[in-house]
Amino acid sequence: MTTSHSAASPHQAKTMTLGEMSLLILSVFAMLGALVIAAKAYTPEYAFHAYVFAAASLASALAIANRYYDRPAEMPAQMIDGKPNYNYGPIKIATIMAVFWGIVGMTAGLLIALQLAYPALNFDLQWISFGRLRPLHTSGVIFAFGGNVLLATSFYVVQRTCRARLAGDLAPWFVILGYNLFIVLAGTGYLLGITQGKEYAEPEWYADLWLTIVWVVYLLIFLATVMKRKEPHIYVANWFYLAFIVTIAVLHLGNNAAIPVSLFSSKSYIVWSGVQDAMIQWWYGHNAVGFFLTAGFLAIMYYFVPKRAERPVYSYRLSIIHFWALIFMYIWAGPHHLHYTALPDWAQTMGMVFSIMLWMPSWGGMINGLMTLSGAWDKLRTDPVLRMLVVSIAFYGMSTFEGPLMSIKVVNSLSHYTDWTIGHVHSGALGWVGYVSFGALYCLVPWIWNRKGLYSLRLVDWHFWVSTIGIVLYITSMWVAGILQGLMWRAYTSLGFLEYSFIETVERMHPFYIIRALGGALYLAGTLIMAWNLYKTIVSPETAQEPMGQAALVPAE
Amino acid sequence: MSLWNKHAIFEKNSLILLIGVLIVISIGGLVEVLPLFYMKSTIEEVEGVRPYTPLELAGRDIYVREGCYLCHSQMIRALRDEVERYGHYSLAAESMYDHPFQWGSKRNGPDLARVGNKYSDDWHRQHLNNPRSVVPASIMPSYPWLAQNELDVKHIADNMRTLQIEGTPYTQDMIDNAQADVRAQASDDDAGQAALAKRYPKVVARHFGGQIGKVTEADAVIAYLQMLGAGVDFKIYDEKANIR
Repeated sequence: MTTSHSAASPHQAKTMTLGEMSLLILSVFAMLGALVIAAKAYTPEYAFHAYVFAAASLASALAIANRYYDRPAEMPAQMIDGKPNYNYGPIKIATIMAVFWGIVGMTAGLLIALQLAYPALNFDLQWISFGRLRPLHTSGVIFAFGGNVLLATSFYVVQRTCRARLAGDLAPWFVILGYNLFIVLAGTGYLLGITQGKEYAEPEWYADLWLTIVWVVYLLIFLATVMKRKEPHIYVANWFYLAFIVTIAVLHLGNNAAIPVSLFSSKSYIVWSGVQDAMIQWWYGHNAVGFFLTAGFLAIMYYFVPKRAERPVYSYRLSIIHFWALIFMYIWAGPHHLHYTALPDWAQTMGMVFSIMLWMPSWGGMINGLMTLSGAWDKLRTDPVLRMLVVSIAFYGMSTFEGPLMSIKVVNSLSHYTDWTIGHVHSGALGWVGYVSFGALYCLVPWIWNRKGLYSLRLVDWHFWVSTIGIVLYITSMWVAGILQGLMWRAYTSLGFLEYSFIETVERMHPFYIIRALGGALYLAGTLIMAWNLYKTIVSPETAQEPMGQAALVPAE
Repeated sequence: MSLWNKHAIFEKNSLILLIGVLIVISIGGLVEVLPLFYMKSTIEEVEGVRPYTPLELAGRDIYVREGCYLCHSQMIRALRDEVERYGHYSLAAESMYDHPFQWGSKRNGPDLARVGNKYSDDWHRQHLNNPRSVVPASIMPSYPWLAQNELDVKHIADNMRTLQIEGTPYTQDMIDNAQADVRAQASDDDAGQAALAKRYPKVVARHFGGQIGKVTEADAVIAYLQMLGAGVDFKIYDEKANIR
């Protein structure tokens, strides 16, 4: 295959693009700035982060220069032989990082699960004590694993459904690598005690600012790619991706509004305080669930399930209703994290009402995903990847039923502050987000590396069953633990005294914490099986005869 | 049918879709968040809540640093058993100077909203150093480094200045004397204690049990824990005046 750019005339003068030039200069200045900050930093931990940033800037400058010397004079073509010249390079990196961070985040989760059962495993070391590792686990699985899955799939899906090459030349690389730099700053920061103390928003001001820059570029790439589409309609998956990207930007800016103590200090104070901060935190926190872990992954469902099942999306109208209702109602649900607290009652009630209503659009999405299988249910017998995708939708349905239930004030009075919440989160995280991600990764890796298929479907089968047993152990043990502890806290003796001291309720958790850790270990084992399978797929020499899936998706009617 | 066709405007124009999404997601947030800033009833009228002293603030920063909020709530809900177990339900006013709030979401350990004055300084010191030495079944990690690390308050005035910008009523006098106030609060007989008590009413100033002459991170954490929930005198709190 001869293409115009590979036969570029050697005499043509090569010039740096504006993007290369400006990013190279910015990288150098960023490095110098970071070195100044490192020299004047208040604490060695902050200086370490400044050095990390300086090293990343230097690497970026070198990589840009290196690429410039290696590349042909002409930039990659938008179309080759009438077909879009898709850009898969950055997607490959995000895919690999997703698997890597998945293993890191789940390992951290297993360790903290064991620490709750056996506190000696804190080893009296500050860097790995529970309070510092727990954010590493949550950010590791949500933002590092989930985030890279979303970046990889969104960059893939937006190109394929728009039949257009990803916008930007260096920009997609900047987003993928910049996002992972954010993860490194956030994760190492937690271990070093750098945190702003807001759940799921622990990274300090400078990491937040960096993420803001990365995220704006992400939004621009996504929009620009959608704008140059060859398809008249924007495919439904892209609505969800767009809502996810935009809303996360709004939430991030609102919740992380902070004033740093100094440019040379990692410490900042959130501008909000007390009850307002609580409301803004859970407006953010619940919509990190709603838009990061739901809208983003629903976009994955809307592309990968129809693609894998080779069936159109069940109902176009349902996807319209489901989309607008979901994004409208989710935003209201935050106060259900604050029932019976000092948050005014009117806000609690609103949060509860909208959380219950949210059940409907959530199940609308579930039905739309499951019914896409109409006429293709037999494939579940033979295709474990599709099985994983379908079971993820079933878990989505389960946890979006459990969520509204737990948002009812009287139920919440029992469940709040207990492990029931942890179990609920994990039925969504392990069952829905995890499985839909694994399904997407199993599809994506052969597609973007141009391989015939996965190395082993049997291993996918193993992954599926091992992790399913893990999920079942995890969520059932947490249900029992949570409800038990909630009931013990409110138990009275016949004389009207509280029956149990707090520590007695902690002691009773021990066996459940062990079962939970076992469940987590099985789930992690499943992920390791997947990592091996994907690795063998990538290194396998069997390339696909034809690049897969040339036909573009059309909106379902 | 015609209505469904109208949706094409969103599907064919990415900017209209973007604006549509922004409008739809803004409504809920605006309705729930904005009133909390201007409705007077949001934060109760109550005596006894004051900004943190420099030592307590340093202790609170360590509390945040170690992620204590991940296992301990500071929010007693208005439920019978919680009020009996932990004390009067928490008021919004009691966390009005908390940047960020530390209400928490999970109780692997008990609520700490009113832990102040419940245990002795020595108990806290031992408990932080090794929780199982005082509560054998505890699953809390040990924090031996707190008693070893000297408290770093070089920049505590900067921290207070930042909070002042954000609305905490720190006076210039408080910021100027931050270092002296740390020393005064952490000792039994410091000349600055009268001035400290004037700046911060009802402050508990005493030697918190460590090595004499050396203020450690454990001292700061204990000073913070001992004032949690101890500010408001609920014997004179008028509940009826603050019905929301």
